Amino acid sequence: MKTADTREATCESGRHLIEFRGVTKVYGEGQAAMEALRGIDLKIDEGEFVAIMGPSGSGKSTCMNILGCLDTPTSGIYTFKGIEVGQLTRKQRALLRRHYQGFVFQGYNLLNRTSALENVELPLIYRHAPAHERRQRSLQALETVGLKGWESHTPGELSGGQQQRVAIARAIVTEPAVLLADEPTGNLDTACSREILELLTSLNCDQGITIVMITHEPDMAANAKRVVHFLDGLVASDKQNGRAQ
Amino acid sequence: MLWNTILLSLREIKRNVMRSFLTILGIVIGVGAVITMVTIGGGATLQVKQQIASMGSNLLMVSPGKRLGPGQSTGNIPFKQTDVEAIARDVRSVAAVAPVSSQAIKAIFGNQNWSSQVTGSDNQYFTVTNRSIGAGRPFSESELRAGAAVCIVGETVRKKLFGGQEALGEKIRLQKLSCEVIGLLEGKGQSTMGMDQDDIVVIPLSTYQRRIAGNQDVGLIQISVQQGASTEKAQQEIGRLMRERRHLSPSDDDNFNVMDMKEIARMLTGTTQLLTALLSAVAAVSLLVGGIGIMNIMLVSVTERTREIGIRLAIGALESEVLMQFLVEAVVLSSFGGLIGIVAALAGSLWLAGILHVPFVFNAGIIIIAFLFSAAVGVIFGYFPALKAARLDPIEALRYE
Repeated sequence: MKTADTREATCESGRHLIEFRGVTKVYGEGQAAMEALRGIDLKIDEGEFVAIMGPSGSGKSTCMNILGCLDTPTSGIYTFKGIEVGQLTRKQRALLRRHYQGFVFQGYNLLNRTSALENVELPLIYRHAPAHERRQRSLQALETVGLKGWESHTPGELSGGQQQRVAIARAIVTEPAVLLADEPTGNLDTACSREILELLTSLNCDQGITIVMITHEPDMAANAKRVVHFLDGLVASDKQNGRAQ
Repeated sequence: MLWNTILLSLREIKRNVMRSFLTILGIVIGVGAVITMVTIGGGATLQVKQQIASMGSNLLMVSPGKRLGPGQSTGNIPFKQTDVEAIARDVRSVAAVAPVSSQAIKAIFGNQNWSSQVTGSDNQYFTVTNRSIGAGRPFSESELRAGAAVCIVGETVRKKLFGGQEALGEKIRLQKLSCEVIGLLEGKGQSTMGMDQDDIVVIPLSTYQRRIAGNQDVGLIQISVQQGASTEKAQQEIGRLMRERRHLSPSDDDNFNVMDMKEIARMLTGTTQLLTALLSAVAAVSLLVGGIGIMNIMLVSVTERTREIGIRLAIGALESEVLMQFLVEAVVLSSFGGLIGIVAALAGSLWLAGILHVPFVFNAGIIIIAFLFSAAVGVIFGYFPALKAARLDPIEALRYE
């Protein structure tokens, strides 16, 4: 595994955790070309809780895919922990995801017919953690999200809110540098949304996990420390949120 | 790492027991059929070989009569005791020569009776036909010369007539001849043609000729050739000698027949081996079909689990790890199929061997080959679906419904 050199190269301090410089993303070619991002500049530091808002088609999801190293910019530079992601191979990007990023999706994206514990263990399996450590850390992560005692339940036996908590536990079990959440409350009712939001807020405040979250709902965004508005592939506004601090 | 992947694939298989079983059914049947065919075929070949060896593979049989077309016969000139003596004297590579005259006669002891093959011969007969006397004694010189009323009986006859009683020294009746049992033959089992070789009563040739047949004829001559000597050469020598003794001119056909057991043996084992190979080849085709079944299900499985693959890729699985996962899953599946097939084949061949009265020959070679082949089927037919899974774009895969 080449994880060691990936890690060493990231040990530079004084830089931003995430930095977008003139990032564009174009889908298709020629006449059919569609500009999803038209030059984004964005800096996110460790410990931040950033909410990204914007109407459909404004480039939020594209930005999130690039943030999560699932996609690369067409032009411009994206550095994560000082590494230029655009230069990495698919394999190196996978290793970056494995070691530094946690994902939470709108649709939970848990493995069906697989217990909550096994779902949470999954990223640790790819990190080749020994079985006992895997189990211990997964149980702890489930406890953190308030699902102690639900370890053996499969997604089918859990409510939407509980499934999303399992997904969050899976994202934080590796103690990632950043937690990327793509509309984590999009499928949930208000009460559940509030619980999830409280959970994310406490993870950010108590454990210092950097969170970048896409959301449609203004009252969700109101809980974040910083709100970035996207419009037509550009950053329309970028405000610190006084209330949350 | 690999162990982890195997555990993962086992979990996956456990989650889909029914589908996994149906997937590997083709492999189970393929492996099972190949091993069963080869095992039963091997047993049949061994049986033929054993029976021929027990008859004496270096056995020659001289019978009177021309080689004619089907349904035709000629007035056979029977052999005499002097022919037997001439062969023993003049053909150098001969180990033992026995005159054989026989017919089916009802043997009676007390209120028991049993129709058996009564054979008139001498002590050479036991050497030539590979029989040995288990209890009692062979014929003495004087008994043979004088045509004494003595007999040596086979295992089947002893069982039918005497049951648990002591047979030695008792007298059994063959037509009008009452003869004393002086020896018991050891059991030999069935012969190639399905005849019971233990269903036999041997009496001195002179006794047979005088008291049963009423003539001086010898039905056929059985000869065993010395170990290492050429049976073909012996065959030719015997042929030449018999032509001379029967005063045949070069234009005459043989009016006797010298048969080589080795030839018959080769022919019989050749046939069984060819049949086994053919049947195994047919069975092997089903292994191929089983492999295609695995590929089919793995492709379905990749499509069905597109989202799962997306999740795995998103949380940091490498392409190579996803490839490995699906490949290992295919190999574990097909190896499972192979194992079940092997167990089924062993049980099936044991059962079939019992029904067909064929010895069960455990063939470790074919089991190992079949198992490796089933694993190879997994690799070959699992690779393409696994590659398809690994090449998925995680963004697309996560969006897949």
